[in-house]
Amino acid sequence: MAKHEQDFLTIGSFHCRSRLLVGTGKYKDFDETQKAVEASGAEVVTVAIRRTNLGQDQNAPNLLDYLSPEKYILLPNTAGCYTVKDAVRTCQLARELLEGHPLVKLEVLGNEKTLFPDVVQTLTAAEILVRDGFQVMVYTNDDPIVAKQLEEVGCVAVMPLAAPIGSGLGIQNRYNLLTIIEQANVPIIVDAGVGTASDASIAMELGCDGVLMNTAIAAAKDPVLMARAMKLAIESGRYAMLAGRMPKRRYANASSPLKNQITD
Amino acid sequence: MPRFQVRRVYMTESILITLNGQPKEVLAGISLDQLIADLALHERRFAVEVNEHVVPKSQLSKICLSVHDKVEIVVAIGGG
Repeated sequence: MAKHEQDFLTIGSFHCRSRLLVGTGKYKDFDETQKAVEASGAEVVTVAIRRTNLGQDQNAPNLLDYLSPEKYILLPNTAGCYTVKDAVRTCQLARELLEGHPLVKLEVLGNEKTLFPDVVQTLTAAEILVRDGFQVMVYTNDDPIVAKQLEEVGCVAVMPLAAPIGSGLGIQNRYNLLTIIEQANVPIIVDAGVGTASDASIAMELGCDGVLMNTAIAAAKDPVLMARAMKLAIESGRYAMLAGRMPKRRYANASSPLKNQITD
Repeated sequence: MPRFQVRRVYMTESILITLNGQPKEVLAGISLDQLIADLALHERRFAVEVNEHVVPKSQLSKICLSVHDKVEIVVAIGGG
């Protein structure tokens, strides 16, 4: 098998082939969610934890009827949490809901407008959760110091944002991302801010281990088609990185031989 | 006689708790699994918290509610 064919992504105790991780929010309905997730080829799928609606029809389907925990590696998130306490509570509820499944996506937000992470609280929450046996994939900013600290407290993956959640702006600070990748001993997964296929490819070409996205697919005019595009983008970016790109040059370097031209 | 009457009052006494952020009257001492059955919650996958502590499913029949208890019942939904 060629090297790129044995190219698994290992996050904590979980292994997957796909380096595209997707969210399940903002879709039109469960059917569209399921089709888009399938088209993406993603194996890791994020979910949110929220109060059940006690008034509604109790026979209404649940998301997990469409995205079975048997087929997918579910990644419950702490979206909307602004404190350590709320993030930790949410993770404990998620673990109980998913019958002991230890993987969580930790996010502790600092601002409603930007949804940037409060990295100080994030670090504190990460330490608590790691000690409690969770495998923590942690949403953070593109600060290499914080990224390393999150790795050192025991997170199984560090997930720096490309740009604000849902902004679609693409990677805003590729050199910081490069530094984070170079110094990391855990998978680095770009999470948040991806807008289109090239953003995902660039992340993979820089050396990221994977990309997590939600809005880029769900808010596309054709989400299922965008999911396919993203699958290919992740693969092509990864192969390009493994292939070792050509160096950049200041000046031209002809592609056809200079000798024996009829114009000599 | 009086003691029997006091016990009957206790069993039909209603208490106010908070359920998913809303006030709710329930029978004093009701167990969590009875509360869930009364709510006709058919969700297969959910988790329960009382006063900010997760209650394992195996303990739902053993935890009984008191006045002012805060109960949260959560499920997984779409999110990024």
